[in-house]
Amino acid sequence: MKLKGSDIIMECLLKEGVHVMFGYPGGAILPTYDAIARYEGRIHHVLVRHEQGASHMADGYARATGEVGVCIATSGPGATNLVTGLATAMMDSSPIVAITGQVPIPAIGSDAFQETDVTGVTLPITKHNYLVTDVRDLAYTMKEAFHIARTGRPGPVLVDVPKDVQTAETEFIYPEGDVALPGYDPPWSANDKEIDDALRLIDEAERPIILAGHGIMMSGAMQEVRELAERAQIPVSLTLLGKGAMPEDHPLVIGMMGMHGEASSNLAIQEADLLLALGMRFDDRVTGNLQTYAKKARKIHIDIDRSEINKNVKVEVGIAGDLKTVLTQLLPKLGQKSHPHWIRRIRDWLEDSSERDILNYETPGILLTAQVINDIWKLTGGDAITVTDVGQHQMLEAQYYPHQRPATLLTSGGLGTMGFGFPAAIGAKFGKPEEEIWAIVGDGGFQMTLCEMATAVQENVNVNIAIINNHFLGMVRQWQELFFEKRYEATPMVNPDFCKLADAYGIPNRLVTKRDEIEDAVNFARSIDGPVLIEFVVEKEEMVYPMVPAGADLHDMKRRPKPGEA
Amino acid sequence: MSNEAVDTKITVVALVENEPGVLNRIASMFRRRAFNIDSLTVGRTHKPHISRMTIRVDAGPEYARKIANNLLKLVNVIDVRILDNEPHIERDLALIKVRNDDTESRNTITEICDRYPARIVDVGPKVAIIEMVGTEKFLEEFIEEVRPTGIVEMIRTGVVSMGRGTRIHDTDYQRPDLSRAGAEGANGNGRIV
Repeated sequence: MKLKGSDIIMECLLKEGVHVMFGYPGGAILPTYDAIARYEGRIHHVLVRHEQGASHMADGYARATGEVGVCIATSGPGATNLVTGLATAMMDSSPIVAITGQVPIPAIGSDAFQETDVTGVTLPITKHNYLVTDVRDLAYTMKEAFHIARTGRPGPVLVDVPKDVQTAETEFIYPEGDVALPGYDPPWSANDKEIDDALRLIDEAERPIILAGHGIMMSGAMQEVRELAERAQIPVSLTLLGKGAMPEDHPLVIGMMGMHGEASSNLAIQEADLLLALGMRFDDRVTGNLQTYAKKARKIHIDIDRSEINKNVKVEVGIAGDLKTVLTQLLPKLGQKSHPHWIRRIRDWLEDSSERDILNYETPGILLTAQVINDIWKLTGGDAITVTDVGQHQMLEAQYYPHQRPATLLTSGGLGTMGFGFPAAIGAKFGKPEEEIWAIVGDGGFQMTLCEMATAVQENVNVNIAIINNHFLGMVRQWQELFFEKRYEATPMVNPDFCKLADAYGIPNRLVTKRDEIEDAVNFARSIDGPVLIEFVVEKEEMVYPMVPAGADLHDMKRRPKPGEA
Repeated sequence: MSNEAVDTKITVVALVENEPGVLNRIASMFRRRAFNIDSLTVGRTHKPHISRMTIRVDAGPEYARKIANNLLKLVNVIDVRILDNEPHIERDLALIKVRNDDTESRNTITEICDRYPARIVDVGPKVAIIEMVGTEKFLEEFIEEVRPTGIVEMIRTGVVSMGRGTRIHDTDYQRPDLSRAGAEGANGNGRIV
């Protein structure tokens, strides 16, 4: 059957199991929007208010479901507005396919109206990208795009489709079978020597620790990691994106690592004699100073991306492969182990940390972010999907909202994209309509993408927005307090009345300024089927502790003094 | 020519799909990861859909694996080999335009070219063009000998390399252009098998 390019795009999306796409129309993508109208009912199009929102929504959808998220935009400014979302997805290995319109082929290179070299612009921030110059290439290009986005180390793929390719006709045959890309061969399993080497290191270790990353969930290796930890009695420290890889109430889980990680995790990493790094990439926010990082430890690193092995941290055993596959090879040969002294030592550090916990302080008259987040955790039974923005509230979410299930904390880790949280939460809700979704955002980041309130209303998306309003760009302010002698340049914020703003959009809302108001407001939000906004006005100059200053040694943490010590 | 400079270069050979934009992707990777390209040559192989690149990188041998792994991450890169660890042939070609306007310079050039596998490929009353092929090091020795005579223009191709012996660096990948045939109703469909 002969189809137009625009219809081929839609047919390919159907073949790939796409039910929803997030986008914004414009001249060069109009033929495809005409096709979108014909496919309504099979693929739902969500009209965003800014293309950045579309890319974050596709990302949120992908993170929540593990499926490929799809966003669509027109040429030029439409496509460049996707850029932040693509870079965010690239850094956090989130599978999305972005479809962009392009000026007609004869106009390419002529600086035509709304022409941008989008494949050029997005080259370093996509896993791969395409400019389709012949409608007959369109179907297999779409198939390749989805394959590349979701396999190996997932990531964003962009397909740029000139307007005349969208209107040209060809016979539509969706390529069946596997994609044969000669240069694309993600590693899969380990060889015997690698497995034996890893087993030997595990066997010889007295103070081992598992560094559990995002890759565990992408590979679906939660059960294998848990088995490894339990059988060899290895404490588990989580990366920010690794939260959910193992239930946080598991006795072997010792908390998040890194710049704002649990002191117990960071101290354990520095004291360990073996790091088992699983699906993580030794980001600088995790390691601190590389020269002094985990000096006493031998290292095993398992990751699907070969180029991550020995990139930042030199390892004794590096295995490029799919984590679930590799652990399935390793587990049958792994014996029981126990490390009671080591685990007791970490328990002592944990106790010391809980003495310093802000929640154990008397804080009359002020509302703290930690209290708000911990109360939301309690009131949601710890079972919501939380989507954060970036900054203090993000780190406090990681500290005060323990996650039990995979893919229940969605957050921009690698790129640290302010403005991510709210649109990503909308995307997550489309992927997981049965789940309770909370967008936990700061007053700064929310204002970057708050236009998507209109999207949430138009689509009646049941997302609860918790704005943590401290009238500051809090994390930047924290750095200014610590490293720039409290010169608060460009961090105090004069904000709009968020509740009035919600009123204007037709979003039910509540203002919370005291701790005893939290419960009622959260219950109110949970009772309404549709978007709800709650503004929590919190202490202006709160600090996130512990903190490893950028580039400092991982054990060199700024800690909150114990009560009575300060 | 110091040996030290040679020691801090890596010779990478990559088989890539002969497609638009591939050179850009590779150059972009080197720039983004802050690896410094000393020379890069690219040309078709005996298979028209496969191009082969020889890339000389200013980096110590400890970076070889990193560079190879980052190249392999690119979808259009089929295979990568680091040639420094195996016996290989390398060739660089230079065209050197020299002053040729008096007897002395003419004699000097002829004399130098006799001692090297160099050819004078163009002679005029004022300038001549010398073609010289050899290893990078050999070429640089030659250039230093010619330099006092007066080089007025020069171009080098950059190094091309090939491993010696029967360890063949090739790919079985065939790219029948079936997407288009498929569009007409045939069974084959592009790169899908």
